[in-house]
Amino acid sequence: MQIMLFLILVSLTVAAGFLIAFLFASRNGQFDDDCTPAIRMLFDNTIREENKQDDDTNPSL
Amino acid sequence: MSNIQQFQYDNKIVRAFGMASFAFGIFGMLIGIIMAFQLVYPSWNIEPWFTFGRMRPLHTNSVIFAFVGNGIFTGVYYSLQRLLKARMWSDKLSWIHFWGWQIVILCAAVSLPLGLTSSGEYAELIWPIDVLITVVWVIFGVNMFGTILKRREHHLYVAIWFYIATWVTVAVLHIVRSMEIPVSLTESYPIFSGVQDALVQWWYGHNAVAFFLTTPYLGLMYYFLPKAANRPVFSYKLSIIHFWALIFIYIWAGPHHLLYSSLPDWVQSLGTVFSIMLIAPSWGGMLNGLLTLRGAWDRVRQDPVLKFMVVAITAYGMATFEGPMLSIKSVNAISHFTDWTIAHVHVGALGWNGFLTFGVLYWLWPQMYRTTLYSTKMANTHFWLGTLGIIVYAVPLYWAGWTQALMWKEFTPEGTLAWGNFLDTVTQIIPMYLMRAVGGTLFFVGVLLGVYNLYKTAKKGTFIANEAAEAPAREQHVKAPGEHWHRWIEGRPMQMLLWSTVLIAIGGIVQIVPMVFIESQVPKISTVQPYTPLELTGRDIYIREGCVGCHSQMIRPFRDETERYGEYSKSGEYIYDRPFLWGSKRTGPDLWRIGGKYPDSWHFNHMMDPTSMSPGSIMPAYANLLDQPLDLSDLPAKINALRKLNTPYPRNFENEAISNARTQAKQVAEKLASEGVKDANLETKEIVAIIAYLQRLGTDIKK
Repeated sequence: MQIMLFLILVSLTVAAGFLIAFLFASRNGQFDDDCTPAIRMLFDNTIREENKQDDDTNPSL
Repeated sequence: MSNIQQFQYDNKIVRAFGMASFAFGIFGMLIGIIMAFQLVYPSWNIEPWFTFGRMRPLHTNSVIFAFVGNGIFTGVYYSLQRLLKARMWSDKLSWIHFWGWQIVILCAAVSLPLGLTSSGEYAELIWPIDVLITVVWVIFGVNMFGTILKRREHHLYVAIWFYIATWVTVAVLHIVRSMEIPVSLTESYPIFSGVQDALVQWWYGHNAVAFFLTTPYLGLMYYFLPKAANRPVFSYKLSIIHFWALIFIYIWAGPHHLLYSSLPDWVQSLGTVFSIMLIAPSWGGMLNGLLTLRGAWDRVRQDPVLKFMVVAITAYGMATFEGPMLSIKSVNAISHFTDWTIAHVHVGALGWNGFLTFGVLYWLWPQMYRTTLYSTKMANTHFWLGTLGIIVYAVPLYWAGWTQALMWKEFTPEGTLAWGNFLDTVTQIIPMYLMRAVGGTLFFVGVLLGVYNLYKTAKKGTFIANEAAEAPAREQHVKAPGEHWHRWIEGRPMQMLLWSTVLIAIGGIVQIVPMVFIESQVPKISTVQPYTPLELTGRDIYIREGCVGCHSQMIRPFRDETERYGEYSKSGEYIYDRPFLWGSKRTGPDLWRIGGKYPDSWHFNHMMDPTSMSPGSIMPAYANLLDQPLDLSDLPAKINALRKLNTPYPRNFENEAISNARTQAKQVAEKLASEGVKDANLETKEIVAIIAYLQRLGTDIKK
């Protein structure tokens, strides 16, 4: 049943890859701010000919 | 703010993927409806291309990879650009990705009805298409990571993490599952056999559900739900925990598809434990979605977009409660091989994937066309048709699954099976099958309304192909003197991920190549021998016709199963099975001990017209096997490929393979003649090969 060894190794490698990604992202400051990203994503910074629509400038919080 | 840059978002590619998603959604669902009716009216099977067996992979592939796949790309291409404040890295790659993916789908739509399949569920496509998928996926990855690299927003919003995990994991899964040795342009044998192939399949299969149907859609949920509700997600912190917990746990859950099979017990337990753990992150994500709407539920009443999304998230919650429950061995003993599984996946596919796609598209179209939705009323009608459709689809199938499982397991006081004839347990649930078909049709009518609504919306607005936007440039990290080299990579998580993927691939290759040449450690049974050339040919016909879609070849160690089918399955019996054909659904009975159970003539008549042997049977007729000439020309190549994979065929056997097959074909034909089948030249027809294969099944341990 060498396949189990293989799959476990592949899965562990994937998991290790994610772990490394997590550690780097974490040290990189990706998760320092857990409040404003959720709000900032509501703004698209698009330029419109007319005045900007309400929903772009005034998210109801 | 200094250094404000102006740029344009590419909406054209978003629209293209969105239209493709809807178009292939209609195609895939239509196939599903036809199949649902085929189970009630077997005459709807059109030999040889449109039988249930060949249609099933066409349905699953078109819904998963064409409808949901294009849905993923629609949402990713729209949200990624806006979250990163950057246009896609390369328009050219975007379009190569788009057309490449549609070509993959068209290849699938042609090859599957032709019976070209490698049989693994959701991995049926033949190896040249597998290669094409890999190329297209890499192009998508390059374009996505390129965009991430040139982003103007330093922070990667949680949705993007979901997209990255999707890309990495699907790439690894696809490569591992597609490891096979080609025999011809359309045929191949997987590197692993039997129980090992089964484990690879469900490691892949479950993670395909996880990383193709779930994580990308969670990313879409985290983007489009806040956008549509115009309020931030309930808890951003929870979304981060949800993400990391989910991806770490998901990858271990696959073995729950093989409970009570010949897979070693500890692997089954591992799958169960991780599957049960999954409920925590899954429900965390679901609640995060639903709670985003706290204080805004009045808007759900008015806005069809939010209605679709709420039901989608609820369906996600139901499916992810049911998943862990079905992974408990005692529940699985009832549910497995029945329609309960079918109901479960459709709550996920129709509810979670379908409704989220519709919600996203209903929101996107007015955005991209700078207008409002053509008809809210029509969208609401779509919503209710769809919701009722899901209920009318799922409830009868839950009922059918329970009914059938209880009938299978029922004993009389005398200790014999109460329903010894498998067919009785099928005819009992046909009314439920009919209701399911009605439910599917309701859902489908709703989708048609949706297409019309979006078409009219597009008509009344003007399409913004390139949406102008502005954002400050991202500050680049400058290496300070004496700074540790690690800082460089820390500022570049994307390179890091790419390199770790390369490392995974290299590691995989290094491990797999030597293993191909290692003797399998599955316990061997001395009487189990490789298939004869004719049986091998018959087996490939069995694969071509998709018999595995309705017939399992795995007898679980339960009293009712050993009573009904015979001795339970041993892992050592399957070491020459490439690919494994255990199946996951018993619309018909298990076939692992069918060998020797009936005379050859029974199989002959049964293939010609199943109702002649089993009145009331819903199996399609395979009368064309009686006429189709037996093609043995590939046999030497097949024998060579299998020998390379350690199947102990004698030296030079490839040269005798064809004559060996002819001799056995003649024997089967003579036996048929002696049993009263008078057709001429039967030894040159495919029917003798499939009979030879069926009569061999599961007989080796009786020797």
